[in-house]
Amino acid sequence: MSNPLILYLCLRMVSGVMVMDSLLSPEGDSQRTQYPYVTGTSVIGIKYKDGILMAADMGGSYGSTIRYKSVERLKQVGKHSLLGASGEISDFQEILKYLDELILHDNMWDDGNSLGPKEVHNYLTRVMYNRRNKFDPLWNSLVIGGVKNGQKYLGSVSMIGVHFEDDHVATGFGNHLARPILREEWKEDLSFEEGVKLLEKCMRNLLYRDRSAVNKLQIAKITEEGLTISQPYSLKTFWNFAAFQNPTVGAEGSW
Amino acid sequence: MFRNQYDTDVTTWSPAGRLFQVEYAMEAVKQGSAAIGLRSKTHVVLACVNKSNSELSSHQRKIFKVDDHIGVAIAGLTADGRVLSRYMRSECINYGYTYESPLPVGRLVVQLADKAQVCTQRSWKRPYGVGLLVAGLDESGAHLYYNCPSGNYFEYQAFAIGSRSQAAKTYLERKFENFTGSSRDELIKDALFAIRETLQGEKLTSTVCTVAVVGVGEAFNILDQATVQALINEFEISGEEGPTNESVAEEAGGESGGAATEEGGAATEQETAPMDI
Repeated sequence: MSNPLILYLCLRMVSGVMVMDSLLSPEGDSQRTQYPYVTGTSVIGIKYKDGILMAADMGGSYGSTIRYKSVERLKQVGKHSLLGASGEISDFQEILKYLDELILHDNMWDDGNSLGPKEVHNYLTRVMYNRRNKFDPLWNSLVIGGVKNGQKYLGSVSMIGVHFEDDHVATGFGNHLARPILREEWKEDLSFEEGVKLLEKCMRNLLYRDRSAVNKLQIAKITEEGLTISQPYSLKTFWNFAAFQNPTVGAEGSW
Repeated sequence: MFRNQYDTDVTTWSPAGRLFQVEYAMEAVKQGSAAIGLRSKTHVVLACVNKSNSELSSHQRKIFKVDDHIGVAIAGLTADGRVLSRYMRSECINYGYTYESPLPVGRLVVQLADKAQVCTQRSWKRPYGVGLLVAGLDESGAHLYYNCPSGNYFEYQAFAIGSRSQAAKTYLERKFENFTGSSRDELIKDALFAIRETLQGEKLTSTVCTVAVVGVGEAFNILDQATVQALINEFEISGEEGPTNESVAEEAGGESGGAATEEGGAATEQETAPMDI
């Protein structure tokens, strides 16, 4: 080993192995999801007198093409929680798989304890933040709502793990078009009917102005008694507003 | 010492269906100084007797805070107890990180029991030589569990472990029916009385015992020495002058029953495996 030539060759071999390693390792040149493929648009959630209401349409866009028309984006999680998702649909399905496993293992304790909406929300935050730290985010914005022990809970997580709780939340375009309405009109003691009416007003606005929205939606309700997700239905629309018929009037371009 | 051909290995059965090494581990719990626990609907109190090895040394800690809602009192090998309470702390922290809510006490106890059970089934391990009284509060209320080296665990209204714990158990058995509705301070008082029973005539002072509480609106905390001394003085339970009038009367009534259970316990121990104790 004292021979400088042998030492040099040994070092070359070692460094050679290292170079090979970084090129051939599965980490080295792997590509993460750089953009979403099939996406769902806004989800809106509100607290109301007895629990939580959530609304989402059923469109699935392949880029800007509205490719699917019956995507269920509101799902039950365990006994006390409701999850709504916008963004990459297959990533949402992956999240549902994680949650199924989570709830299964929680039930396997068989001890009367169960995860509530707050626990599910925090769990999802950890999952989303962990994936973004691997530079491989789950491309979704999530809304989690539920009721446990008389306590209403509504929160949201973004694809990079930003999370918060509020009385009303929305994802994507809903943040711009629905939340201003909710800030004006939401109140603590909305009845079920008033809540649904408010959500429909928001969804109608989104339908008019969000090109990815489709006129087929579901509304879900979760209370202490349990969870119900409505059958898909459509909203009444009126497209004969002057601004719709001649959108460029009074907004002349520079050319 | 008593020897038999089936006790050199944890994983070797005796023909009678016993695992002697595991039973010896449970003997270690009885050697340690006493620890007691009792609970009401809203609070759990733990208390223990502090013994130091020599006049010149301090005593070892026997009560550990695991989380805001859980604490343990140990009897047996203190070193093993420390390792287990470190495990419990990390489980609570991890659960809190993932779910931002406190780990249900019953679940922690099962995880702890499973950990102890593994040691009874591996040739290269030894059972933990420590018994733990786990006190905690969760959604379903206040809980007191006893975890033992065999991997068994039990939920109790009140319990005592360690040397001379039978005296405390007798006291608790006589009184436990009232504990459910007790206030925090009444529980502490009964804890001190029960601890005094294990001292057998030695004077109860705040230097020989530690008391801890967890309950609704109160995170698990170990009472400081001055507080404990003040309570001992207030309740007049130093005990050097013998039991107070109140407990003399009760003891007269309960004596025969208490003695009977003690003998009964000893008798059954001879015949069956004390595995489930």
